[in-house]
Amino acid sequence: MTPRALDPFLAFPRALRAEGFLAAPSQAESFLSAVGLLGPRSIRDVRRAAHAIFGPGPDRRQAFDDLFDMIFLGRAFLIPGEATSEETPRAFDAGDTEEMLPPDEEDPSGREASRRERLFARSFGVVDEAALLSAFARALSGALPRRRSRRLQAARQGVADPRRALRDMARRDGEILRLQVRRRRMRQRRVLTLIDVSGSMKGGTDAALRIAHAIIRTAERAEAFTLSTRLTRVTRALRRRNREQALALASGLVADWDGGTRLGEALSVFLSVPRFAGFARGAVVIIVSDGLERGGPEALIAAMTRLRSLAWRIIWLSPLAADPAYRPETGAMRAILPLIDRLEAGGDLEAMAGALVGEAALRRAGTFR
Amino acid sequence: MAVRRSIAGIDSPEALAEALRAAQYLADEGLATAAYLALALGKPLLLEGAPGVGKTEAAKALAAVLGRELVRLQAYEGLDASAAMYEWNFPRQMLAIRQMGDAYVNLYADDFLIARPMLLALQRPRERLLLIDEIDRSDHEFEAFLLEFLSDFSLSIPERGTIRAAEPPVVVLTSNRTRELHEALRRRCVYHWIGYPDPQLEAQIVMMRASAVARDTAHRVVAAVGKLRAEPLAKPPGVAETVEWAEAATLLNAQGAPWPAAFARAIGVVLKDQDDLMFIAPRLDRILEGRA
Repeated sequence: MTPRALDPFLAFPRALRAEGFLAAPSQAESFLSAVGLLGPRSIRDVRRAAHAIFGPGPDRRQAFDDLFDMIFLGRAFLIPGEATSEETPRAFDAGDTEEMLPPDEEDPSGREASRRERLFARSFGVVDEAALLSAFARALSGALPRRRSRRLQAARQGVADPRRALRDMARRDGEILRLQVRRRRMRQRRVLTLIDVSGSMKGGTDAALRIAHAIIRTAERAEAFTLSTRLTRVTRALRRRNREQALALASGLVADWDGGTRLGEALSVFLSVPRFAGFARGAVVIIVSDGLERGGPEALIAAMTRLRSLAWRIIWLSPLAADPAYRPETGAMRAILPLIDRLEAGGDLEAMAGALVGEAALRRAGTFR
Repeated sequence: MAVRRSIAGIDSPEALAEALRAAQYLADEGLATAAYLALALGKPLLLEGAPGVGKTEAAKALAAVLGRELVRLQAYEGLDASAAMYEWNFPRQMLAIRQMGDAYVNLYADDFLIARPMLLALQRPRERLLLIDEIDRSDHEFEAFLLEFLSDFSLSIPERGTIRAAEPPVVVLTSNRTRELHEALRRRCVYHWIGYPDPQLEAQIVMMRASAVARDTAHRVVAAVGKLRAEPLAKPPGVAETVEWAEAATLLNAQGAPWPAAFARAIGVVLKDQDDLMFIAPRLDRILEGRA
């Protein structure tokens, strides 16, 4: 094979990588060996080798084949649906540039007032917000789901730890003085909070951020993002101990308050950043949104399906679900209902906190009325 | 990278497909290619597909073709090293300490080592085929822990050092894709997505697996299952269900039930979900009528 004939074989893995497929150098090497093994008698053998080595999932098979045709057969193709208009959501992470806190100012939007009003209308007493949040934080550490880690640790109760017992025995001339036991360590699951800050959610986002702040301060590993026309990571801002400062910092990062809802696209942006998507793996995902989507539901359904395959549990808090007569009627909401584990009321702070830790646990953790 | 063109006399995907057919497994071209490349390149074979499309069967057939013993490791959440790799036989070690008194005893000799599937595969790579079944059921930590094993085919036992396979063992992993596998794992494997077979192939599979089923019955079952898969079901029937349906309907027919009724009465072997059954019930007649 002349070096020139080798060109497409080297170009193909590069092109795959550029399109977001998995193509590690070791795979590129295997690909060359595989082509050699199969003959190759025709381009079909090359394609078969490519499928086996790079293994495109069934959902991206077509794009993979198109790319293959372009590199090896010189066929042109269009990448579908990659419009780069201003409207396409982008991921935004402020990194570690800590910004100056904006001065405390009155919120002219009246968001605060309307939220309080609703809170008052629904519950039978005035809620002490600070007390509620600290009760929530106290109840949360007990309510966060745990998973069994693979790591065993010495414990007072558990199964016998023969390895330690044997070492102990060897040290003591073959005598067992005390049975050494161990058990699997428990770890908290990661918690991912995704908050819809679009116009239709106006009034609920402040409470959602307060809840997210409490979660991030309490859970061992937690992340929070806001979604609207773009995706913003607010975890770092919400790590501050002082709640009002943290909220002000987070609000400053979010540039698309009350924008249009592009939940599906913002979610797919979230999933397309490996660092972010990796966090959702095995995590409890809390989505605060009313599920009202501008445009068709397809993007939202596709993103939720993907999120479903990563997450351990998905809890959806919707302000609309607070109404007992609420039935998920929109196409998007109906379609994603089987993908989520719990749909709960998320109209105000108390409802959200109650839905996440259980109302009884919340009341046990402190008095806030 | 060690490349072996021929393993157990198999030197091309076509030869492998032929051998699999002799072992009662009908593989399509993609599967035969991926399996052949996995053998030749000495890499694990990762098979993904919906439940019941014959992933585990493929591994069994491959073991039969290569004349190897199948060592199966069923993955589950919480699977740990002592169940997957090895374990020390502690009661025997302790007994040995007591019995030997003042004499020297090597507590970490082979006598005290209990090999589990992964170590079994490493010890006799030429005689065994390791099947790690339903890897998507295991937790991420186990997946991470598999990486060392799958890339170097070695295991570290602290008391003994690293155990390496003399040659790469044949390893097959299967996944139902209930969750996404980590990319680092997928990268190390030769991959094949097993889809539902085309009607022609599926009818052949039915006839091969269920010998009592008539040709006509096989085609009718395959056509009906094809229509069922097009419906929005929670659990679409797999190939295993097709075979069972054909067998069940043949049995009922032999006892005197007329054809469409025999299929309808045996629906319980195909659809195993109450919601699916309720959904399909009014449409069942339309699905059963006509041939492929």
